[in-house]
Amino acid sequence: MGTPTGTGESVITVSGLRMRYDDSFEAVRGIDLEVRRGEVFAFLGPNGAGKTTTVEILEGYRRRTAGDVTVLGEDPAHAGPSWRARIGVVLQESRPERDLTVAECLRLYAGYYPSPRGIDETMELVGLVGQADATATRLSGGQRRRLDVALSLIGDPELLFLDEPTTGFDPSARRAAWDMIAGLRSLGVTVFLTTHFMDEAEHLADHVMVISEGRIVAAGPPGTLGGRQRAAAEITFTLPPGASLAALPGPVRDAVSYGTAGTNGTDHVLLRSARPLAVLGPLIAWAEDAGHDLPDLEVRRPSLEDVYLALTEPGADAPPLEPPEAPRHPEAA
Amino acid sequence: MMTATHARSSARDVLCLALHQFPYDLRAFLRNPQSRFFTLALPVLFLIIFASVFGHQNNTVKVSGGTIDTSVYYVPGIITLGIIAASFVNLVISVTAQRESGVLKRRRATPVPAAAVIAGRTLTAVVVSIGITVLLLVIGWAAYGAHVPARTAPALAVAVIVGTVSFCCLGYALTSVIRNEDAAQPITQAIMLPLYFISGVFIATSILPHWLTVVGDVFPVRHLVEALLTAYNPHTTGAGFAGTDLLIVAAWGAAGLVVALRRFSWLPRGA
Repeated sequence: MGTPTGTGESVITVSGLRMRYDDSFEAVRGIDLEVRRGEVFAFLGPNGAGKTTTVEILEGYRRRTAGDVTVLGEDPAHAGPSWRARIGVVLQESRPERDLTVAECLRLYAGYYPSPRGIDETMELVGLVGQADATATRLSGGQRRRLDVALSLIGDPELLFLDEPTTGFDPSARRAAWDMIAGLRSLGVTVFLTTHFMDEAEHLADHVMVISEGRIVAAGPPGTLGGRQRAAAEITFTLPPGASLAALPGPVRDAVSYGTAGTNGTDHVLLRSARPLAVLGPLIAWAEDAGHDLPDLEVRRPSLEDVYLALTEPGADAPPLEPPEAPRHPEAA
Repeated sequence: MMTATHARSSARDVLCLALHQFPYDLRAFLRNPQSRFFTLALPVLFLIIFASVFGHQNNTVKVSGGTIDTSVYYVPGIITLGIIAASFVNLVISVTAQRESGVLKRRRATPVPAAAVIAGRTLTAVVVSIGITVLLLVIGWAAYGAHVPARTAPALAVAVIVGTVSFCCLGYALTSVIRNEDAAQPITQAIMLPLYFISGVFIATSILPHWLTVVGDVFPVRHLVEALLTAYNPHTTGAGFAGTDLLIVAAWGAAGLVVALRRFSWLPRGA
């Protein structure tokens, strides 16, 4: 998602947040973050990193040990029903209401809110139209998650918390859930998403913040996270039969990071370069002159997954790629 | 800060939301086969079995003011069992399951006040208790020729409602100390089965050893049986209100409410 859609108004502001359980384990060790209206904000980290603790403090479920938290202008620890009417919460784990149908669940929850969204409209939003009379507990995993999202949207919230919305999904259910979440953006709902899937954050979020062992280790738009945009590109190909590393042109040879000089057909070459075109040009010219095709030629930059794994490696004192960025502030422009 | 705008919900809001919640809880109750069996079918079965086993050959039980047929004696006792099944047992099981499955946690994220969720669920228990009471009274009248005199009918109704609300409070108190839903059913039965035996539900207290009746007198089950029996006993003179027994039942309920208010949790505890 290239351009941030936030309008500049701050919906969530957190500074110096700390959470210690039972005087022993400190799950959150001083984090700052800001979420602006209209954006999808992904809070990313491995299991046990402090994601759910943080989101539960923002939702008003837990009292924090220290720090300042403002959500929709109020402190969640002291906010009341009128504040709850403005947020939607999809919990990480929650089973449906027992023995009620999808439409009944939605009507029950609609009655909790002062000005709810329509039942049919909400079922349409999440793609549950055909399931209105199905017993909620009999739905498939993906459909249950849709019902969870529907129940969180029924009050027409300004801010939606999604705690690991696709954990346990198969790839096609995950894609369908992504489409649904992406659709929320068009409703103008601000989304706070926690996930441990890198691709999910990359696909959905305007801004990503990575938490590891209770601390923020990186923050930024998914394309530049952890200095990714400045990292060297990787070029891989298989050396054509009969060719050797020594035969490659100078700029290519200089960029070789890994290669074997054998003569059998499985010689993989890995090049790294911060300026991939300066390497690719001579490589392609050489291959064309010599009559070689390079059928498995591939150019890629480090995936967000690589960045994430490096950032969240257990015990990593400092992030290996780049120090964490300062918390974002609304841009002056 | 907007402290003034999120003042406590008014009593009227709570009442409206409780009335909104109630039909959904009742529907969920009626659709659940386990709830239907343990709360509606089992008391009927118990009444028929106990009245048949002990009520033959004109057996009688001594009650205040005279004697009544054993089969008639069982009606208020089994009504007590039905009320406890509807309020205490069913409530502990369903609320523990709702808490552990995240349903209560999700409701907590909505603007609905806690009191409305609790009151709506209690209303369901009251309606189910009235239903099972009427069912057992009809069986008692049709099969054993017993009927409630019009002058004690209000006392019977009051006993049913005081009993239901008190056992709901005790149910919420017990829920707050049960850690997972698998434990809910066995724990409620472990508490209630012995009490049924020493409180005059399954066995007339007139044939129990004295020390057992003393133990039974401590707990609310015995007093709810007494309150219902007083209203049901044809020898009762006056309106049939067993004031002391009702007060003891209500005191247990109040104690349960205090524990529930202090310990009640919206978040799963098993995890």
